[in-house]
Amino acid sequence: MKAGRYGVYGGQYVPETLMSALIELEETYGRVSLDPEFSRRLGWYLHEYAGRETPLTYCENLSRDLGCRVYLKREDLLHGGAHKLNNTLGQALMAKFMGKRRLIAETGAGQHGVATAIAGAALGLPVEVYMGEVDTRRQALNVFRMELLGARVIPVASGTRTLKDAINAAMRDWVANSRDTHYLLGSCVGPHPFPWIVRDFQSVIGEEARRQVLEREGRLPDTVVACVGGGSNAIGIFYPFVNDDVALVGVEAGGEGLDTAHHGASLSGGSVGVFQGALSYLLQDGDGQALETHSIAAGLDHPSVGPEHAMLKDSGRVRYEAVTDAEALHAFRYLSRTEGIIPALESAHAVAYALRAAGDLGEDGILVINLSGRGDKDVAEVANLPGGAA
Amino acid sequence: MSRIDGLFARKNPVFIGFTVAGDPGIETSPGVAKTMIDAGVDLLEIAIPYSDPVADGPVIERAHARALRAGTTPDDVFALVRQVREYAPDLPVVLFTYYNIIYRRGLDRFFAETAAAGADGVLIVDLPVEESGEVAPSALRHGIDRIALIAPTTSPERQHAILREASGFVYLISLEGVTGERDRLPLHVAGLVGAVREKTDLPIAVGFGVSRPEHVGAVAAAGANGVIVGSALVRIVEEHLGDEAGMHEALRTAIKAMRCGIVPDPGPDIPRRERVEG
Repeated sequence: MKAGRYGVYGGQYVPETLMSALIELEETYGRVSLDPEFSRRLGWYLHEYAGRETPLTYCENLSRDLGCRVYLKREDLLHGGAHKLNNTLGQALMAKFMGKRRLIAETGAGQHGVATAIAGAALGLPVEVYMGEVDTRRQALNVFRMELLGARVIPVASGTRTLKDAINAAMRDWVANSRDTHYLLGSCVGPHPFPWIVRDFQSVIGEEARRQVLEREGRLPDTVVACVGGGSNAIGIFYPFVNDDVALVGVEAGGEGLDTAHHGASLSGGSVGVFQGALSYLLQDGDGQALETHSIAAGLDHPSVGPEHAMLKDSGRVRYEAVTDAEALHAFRYLSRTEGIIPALESAHAVAYALRAAGDLGEDGILVINLSGRGDKDVAEVANLPGGAA
Repeated sequence: MSRIDGLFARKNPVFIGFTVAGDPGIETSPGVAKTMIDAGVDLLEIAIPYSDPVADGPVIERAHARALRAGTTPDDVFALVRQVREYAPDLPVVLFTYYNIIYRRGLDRFFAETAAAGADGVLIVDLPVEESGEVAPSALRHGIDRIALIAPTTSPERQHAILREASGFVYLISLEGVTGERDRLPLHVAGLVGAVREKTDLPIAVGFGVSRPEHVGAVAAAGANGVIVGSALVRIVEEHLGDEAGMHEALRTAIKAMRCGIVPDPGPDIPRRERVEG
């Protein structure tokens, strides 16, 4: 397989002006990933600052309801409230090693923006975050958090005014400023080497979960479930299990249903195309224009997905399913009541799939759900929906 | 000799104008192209509108969005190229596109349609030489030049690799950034042109940020064989939405002023058929 490719997927479909920055990034990452001093410092930040390792919680009530043994990997307990900090601490530290003086990032739900702002504050790097105007409104709390953490939030008013346009804006900034700026991309998408770097930094989730479940159960789980937007929490928990006899299920945003035009399920409902630097699955029209997407979860509201997921879909190693907004919302309320854990609407998609499919496992079956983030950021939006907390 | 080769052989430097097909509308876009040709554009770059033009600044991005809102498809772009070809049989036309448009259509079909419509070259903004393996033979098979991009950040080794595959002319990006007008051009343009000149016999055209007559003059003085103006012309279209006569007049005035930046006078115009109103 060619460097930067996952099967046929991936690659570097970017303007010429960015190529030197991508080449520099690939070289630097190759170097720091082998540097014991880098590993030591990142290990310190993850453990002492961010709160790793995160628990793998056995959920008694959920297990009783679902009729199998259910564990949640608690990325919601990571500092910042989501798995995003694993990647932002890694990349921000790498930017320091590269001598960059400024971080830029895109954000959808705001979680990656917050995690970048946290990492920037901790490591003394100024942060500017591009965020679609629509998202700044539906995630106003996270805008405030980013500003509180010293970051500058730049609303993006072009295109669909959501995550994809925030990525476009950040790439434009990087094209102009790559000499002193690191673009801290938040998911396993975009041109090589980003999908590789982000997967490496997120793999800590799966490495811990694999060790924890072995300690607890003496065997590997039957199934691991994670939600997939760009796919970083999913690739992080899947990757250490890829060569095991463990079923892996990625859950996409089914929105109002895959038979409508209102969803974000690029693997289940899209086709192959080049988008934002990589060949992958894409929600596009017949001419190759990216389509508007929809999900109740801003972090899954994106027309494409990381190229490694595209390969894992084609090979059949990972099964990709979609759950609707309504199912995710039900799971959001259900987990809150049943276990006292409010999941992010994104993570609620993984829970919703578990509610649908756990019956197949049997009472000795072991199911691990990646709870990629906590739902405090979504509480205000859900409160305004019909039904509220009900 | 191809139209592109012919143009650069008889004129130096040449003035290259850029428009987004379907901007401001599908019906009005051919008129914009014709006015640009009449005002003295030597080579026309026509962009295929795309939903996510990451290499473009806000002015051209908005033009892409206008064209898409108007419903412009690649079929409409090819229709525009055919109209331009009929209007100005010898004027070189280069399609400016993002790669997914080509990928989605299929490489061979895209280049066959490009050739059939009468375009001479294709510039793929987001396809660096590392990814262009399958595209090169397809373009060659249909006699389409692949215009290569070189940026100020392109290393000498990559310049060599890019130039090995290039034909038609080299598009030299003058600055680190997206397309768009700038108050001043970087001082190093002459150095950039000189460095590329050592590695190729192809003509070198300079774009990105070239938006004023004095910029055009500076690029010409830097030894470039072509000067590319994009955002400054697209902005005129944007500023005259709903005032077609004013738009055409402003385009004519701007292009003539910018062409005056090129001294000495570049000589006889390209022969073309009698003017068709459009």
